Amino acid sequence: MALVEVKDLYKIFGPSPRRAIPMIKAGQTKQEIKKKTGCTVAINGATFEIHKKETFVVMGLSGSGKSTFIRCLNRLIKPTAGQILIDGQDIVLMNTEELRELRRYKMSMVFQNFGLLPHRNVVNNVEFGLEVSGMEKEPRRAKALKALTLVGLEGFEYSMPNELSGGMQQRVGLARALANDPEILLMDEAFSALDPLIRSQMQDELLELQAKMHKTIIFITHDLDEALKIGDRIAILGPDGRVRQIGTPEAILAHPSDEYVKEFVQNVDRTRVITANTIKHRCSVLNHTKDGPRAALHLMEKEKKSFAYIIDADRVLKGIVHIEDAARLVKEKKEDLAPIIRHDFYTTSADTPISDLLATAIESKYPLALINEQGIFQGIVDREAIIAEVNEGADDTGAPVVFSEVLEQNGNGLGGEDNAPEKKGKES
Amino acid sequence: MDKIREIFDIGAGFETAIDWLTEYADWLFDFIAVVVEGFLDGVNWAFHLLPPPLMIILFVAIAWHTASRGVALFSVIGFTLIYYMGYWSETMDTLSLVFSAVIFGLLVGIPLGIWASKSDKAWNILRPVLDFMQTLPAFVYLIPAVLLFKLGPVPGVIATLIFSLPPAVRLTNLGIRQVPVEIKEACRSFGATPKQMLLKAELPVALPTIMAGVNQTIMLALSMVVISGMIGAGGLGNVVLKGITQLRIDMGFEGGISIVILAIFLDRVTQALSDASGRQS
Repeated sequence: MALVEVKDLYKIFGPSPRRAIPMIKAGQTKQEIKKKTGCTVAINGATFEIHKKETFVVMGLSGSGKSTFIRCLNRLIKPTAGQILIDGQDIVLMNTEELRELRRYKMSMVFQNFGLLPHRNVVNNVEFGLEVSGMEKEPRRAKALKALTLVGLEGFEYSMPNELSGGMQQRVGLARALANDPEILLMDEAFSALDPLIRSQMQDELLELQAKMHKTIIFITHDLDEALKIGDRIAILGPDGRVRQIGTPEAILAHPSDEYVKEFVQNVDRTRVITANTIKHRCSVLNHTKDGPRAALHLMEKEKKSFAYIIDADRVLKGIVHIEDAARLVKEKKEDLAPIIRHDFYTTSADTPISDLLATAIESKYPLALINEQGIFQGIVDREAIIAEVNEGADDTGAPVVFSEVLEQNGNGLGGEDNAPEKKGKES
Repeated sequence: MDKIREIFDIGAGFETAIDWLTEYADWLFDFIAVVVEGFLDGVNWAFHLLPPPLMIILFVAIAWHTASRGVALFSVIGFTLIYYMGYWSETMDTLSLVFSAVIFGLLVGIPLGIWASKSDKAWNILRPVLDFMQTLPAFVYLIPAVLLFKLGPVPGVIATLIFSLPPAVRLTNLGIRQVPVEIKEACRSFGATPKQMLLKAELPVALPTIMAGVNQTIMLALSMVVISGMIGAGGLGNVVLKGITQLRIDMGFEGGISIVILAIFLDRVTQALSDASGRQS
C-alpha cells in the first residue's frame, strides 16, 4: 500500500519559477530554460509511490535534484508544483502548524554531515526531537537511551559529538531520528561522508535495523552500489531532474529502461545483486513417499543426469540419490530409497547473491539446491547458470590474448610459424 | 553653491533635529537618563562595596579561574599598582561606566544582531548605519550626548554605548549566519519553532563568535569611557584630562597606565571566556 505518493512534482529555483513549467512541458532542456529565464530545474515532473515499510532509494549524480527531492518530502523546501500525499494528505498544502506536527511525529531526517549540535552531548542531541515536541525530561531521556542502544552507542551517552568518529556521529544522527519513533525515515546521503569500510558496515547495520523496525525508509545516494544493496526499490534520476526508471535492483540491472540507466549500471558488479532466485532452474524431482529406485533410474536417464533430488509430499527437500546407488538397489531388488539418500550437497536460499555462490558452485559435484526457511525445494542453481550470469555484461575484450598473437607482435617468428596456422583457425 | 547650502544645510539640519528632540522628546531622554543613572549608581555602589584589597583578590580569582595563572599574576601586580598610585576609586568608576555601557550595549546590540541575521533587509539597513557609527570620530558622539543628556556620567554611558555597539551587532549577525545549514535544517526537520531553533541551536553554536563581539565591545567601551571624561563622566578619563589641561605629566601617565592595566585585564578575561565557549562546541 502506498504511504507516500508523489504526483507530478516540480521544483524550480529562480525568479518566478512557475513560468518555466510550460517550457519544461514543451520539451525544452534544462540549459535552454536556464538561458531564457534564469531558472534552474531541480525536479522535473516526478511521479511515484513509496510503499509502507519499504526502503526506497533515490539515486542520482550530483545536480540531479535528489537532495532537493528529499527536502520536498518534509517541506524543508517548498515544491513549485505538484502533490506529495502522505497517508492521503497533501503536505504541499499544509500550514506551518501542520507541518511542525508532521515533522515531529511522522518523519525524521538523517543528514549527510550529521547536523549534530556541537554544544550538546550525545544523549542531549538524541533527545532534541522529543524536546522540541515538548516531552517531559524523564520519558524523553528513556526514549533517547533506548534509541542509543538500538544503534549500538551504549557507553557514549555523555560524550560530545566532536569526540566521536564519523561513523559514530552518524549513529547519533540515526538515533536522533529514531528516538521519536517516526513512520518515515528520510536519509540524505547518510553514509556518503564516511570512509568506505565504515560505510559498508553502516549499510549492514541499517539493513539489520530495518529488519527489526520495518520503517519506511527513503534513502538518497549517489552511489549505485549502495542503492542496490539497501534498496527494495530504486528510482534513478537523470541529470535533467527527471526520474528515469523505478524498480527493484534486479529489474534495473536486468532491464535498464534507457541508455542513461544502462550506462550507469554497466559497471556494477552484477553478481552482488542478481540472486539465486533469478537464475534458478526447475528440475524434476523424486517423491520420497512413492518413488522407488526404478522410478529414480528412469528419471535420471530421462534427464541425462547422474543424480536426482528427493522431496517428500510437502515438497520439503530430503536429500539426493546417486545413479550408481539406485542401480545397486534395483539389482538387490529393494524398493525403499531411504538407505541411499545422501546429504553431501549444498543448499542456499533464494535471496543469496550469486557472488556468494560462485566458489561453492565451482567446487561442488552437484548443483546447489534452493530451499526456503521451511526447507521446501524451490529449484536448483547450477554452475553454468552462474557463470553465464557473471559473463553477461562482463567486458574483457582484449584482456586475454591468444599466445600466437603475442608471439607475432613480439616479432618472434622462429618456431612460431609451425603452430600459427592451426591456432589462427581456432581463433576465427 | 552657497545658495544651495542655504537651502540644504547638513550641519544646520542636524542641529534642528537635535533642537526638536530636546524640545519635544525631552520626557524620553529624561526617562532614559533615570534608568541609566539608576543602573550606573547601583553598579558603582557594588564596585565600591568591598575594600580595595578584597576587590583585588576577587579580580585575581576571576583571572585565575577564567584565564590563566599568568593573567592572575598580572592582575595582582597591576591592581596593586593602581591602588598604590591612588587611583583605585577612579578605576572603579571607570569600570562601572564600562560595565553599564556594555550591559546596555549588549541588550540592544545582540537582539539587533539576531534580527539582522534573520532578515537580509534588516541587515542591509543596519550595515551602513553601523559603518557610519564606527567611522564617525569618537568625539562627535559627545555633542548630541551632552545636548540630550547634559553633562555627567549618564551622557558618558550613552555615548560609550553607541560607540561600542557595532561589534556586538556585527558579530552576533555573523555568528548566527555562520551556523552550518545542516544544523538549521536538522532543527527544522525535527519540528523546532523559530524560537526553539534560535535558543537551542543558533545562539549556542554562535556563542564563540558572539563572545568575540562582546570582547570587542568591552574594549571599545573602555576607550570611549576615557574620552567621555571630557563631558564629566568621571573616572580615569578625568585623571587623564586633568593631566592634559594642567600639563601634569605625572598624573596623565599614571592615569594612562591604570587604563592600560584595566584594558589588559578585561581583554584577557573576556577572551578566555570566548575561547572557553569555543572549546566546548
